[in-house]
Amino acid sequence: MAPARPRPPPRMPTWPVYLLGLVPAVYYFWQGIYGDLGADPLKVLEHALGEWALRFLIAGLAVTPLRRELGINLLKYRRALGLLAFLYVLLHLGVYAVLDQGLDWRSVGADILRRPYITVGMAGFLLLLPLAATSFNAAIRWLGGRNWSRLHKLVYPAALAGALHYVMLVKSWPLEPLVYAAIVLALLGWRLWRGRSHRAP
Amino acid sequence: AGPMPGMRSPLSTDEPPTSRKDITGYNNFYEFGTDKSDPARNAGRLTTRPWTVKVDGMVARPATFDLDDILKAVTLEERIYRMRCVEGWSMVIPWVGFPLSALLSKVEPLGSAKYVAFETLVRPAEMTGLGGFIKVLDWPYREGLRLDEAMHPLTLLATGLYGESLPNQNGAPLRLVVPWKYGFKGIKSIVRISLTDKQPATSWNMQAPQEYGFYSNVNPAVDHPRWSQATERRIGEGSGLFAKRRPTLPFNGYAEQVAGLYAGMDLRKFY
Repeated sequence: MAPARPRPPPRMPTWPVYLLGLVPAVYYFWQGIYGDLGADPLKVLEHALGEWALRFLIAGLAVTPLRRELGINLLKYRRALGLLAFLYVLLHLGVYAVLDQGLDWRSVGADILRRPYITVGMAGFLLLLPLAATSFNAAIRWLGGRNWSRLHKLVYPAALAGALHYVMLVKSWPLEPLVYAAIVLALLGWRLWRGRSHRAP
Repeated sequence: AGPMPGMRSPLSTDEPPTSRKDITGYNNFYEFGTDKSDPARNAGRLTTRPWTVKVDGMVARPATFDLDDILKAVTLEERIYRMRCVEGWSMVIPWVGFPLSALLSKVEPLGSAKYVAFETLVRPAEMTGLGGFIKVLDWPYREGLRLDEAMHPLTLLATGLYGESLPNQNGAPLRLVVPWKYGFKGIKSIVRISLTDKQPATSWNMQAPQEYGFYSNVNPAVDHPRWSQATERRIGEGSGLFAKRRPTLPFNGYAEQVAGLYAGMDLRKFY
């Protein structure tokens, strides 16, 4: 397949992306406080934040394939998508530690060590930390573009960890976590396939 | 739902019952979908009359009962029980029903019978969760008890809730309630009860044997492999978001009545 020619970046500035990205968080916290999240609101809030983190990770991972395959250039918004993903991971973790576990660090610690799905989720969070910490222009200059891109490949294992975390926590085989995992695998698989086909003669 | 009053029972807890809205809106009933809100949305189309229950196996008088005949022959009681879900949440539920032993004694279990196996209805035309892309469980839903557990006075066949006939999403028209075991043992919409001398296969054990045992007694000391069972969140408490988890009690607080059933058993092995 011939790669589509990338079009120039869209004119819309990035701030509306941040603003729109915050809408789900505000919505769910608001609903939670006003008792509109059903019988187990904490669980709904926890899940919703985690799911939105996964959605933003996926959106960020889709930027390059969209540009290369369909010529849709959203590169300008990738940092916003990545930072939003990190914010939702942070909120997801915060709700778990503060509201769910009541800051009982012993039980949080035991969870991280003994529950594989939480271990995997925490690993994903740790992988995202250096990315969030180097998400400003000065960091790119300081690291050099090459090193910076290399470091930011950590988003691949982080996204895998996020998808796996979801699949591992459910009973039986509901469809949703499997769909997210399939999308993440497809986006990473595309990179693998592309890397191979470009090296081939 | 029509009225279905039950006599007050000394076996009831005096803890405040969970709201009707939460009990009927937050359900695990995979025959109607895997989301907690699916059963309330989808179970309405289930036809619950006429309803028959086949009771067979190692019994002197096997029979297929019409549920309305059973209801005429038993005394309905209100039993307010704690319910602890294996997922880590709990409710207090005002069931209406009768002891399972009342039904079993009608069929006269043989001396060789050691276990009781239960099966849920399979009716794809009315149960939206039975189709679908991935089979979430191997239908029919199956559960089982040891005969002495089944004959225990706490073990209930529920036909009502909050003084009215049982809503479909809660397992109408007839479901099992075993308050010292995790909620999934409470098989819903029962159509068959069989007495056997072998431990029956049970659905969640078939799905994930290392996670869900045959006994599945509530036990804060034995964790689910993927999460802790030490604490639980009581649904509806603390205005939802700020509910503090409460410690889970051995046998869900019914240890005094039932711990003797398991004397000498290693509860880590027989989880």
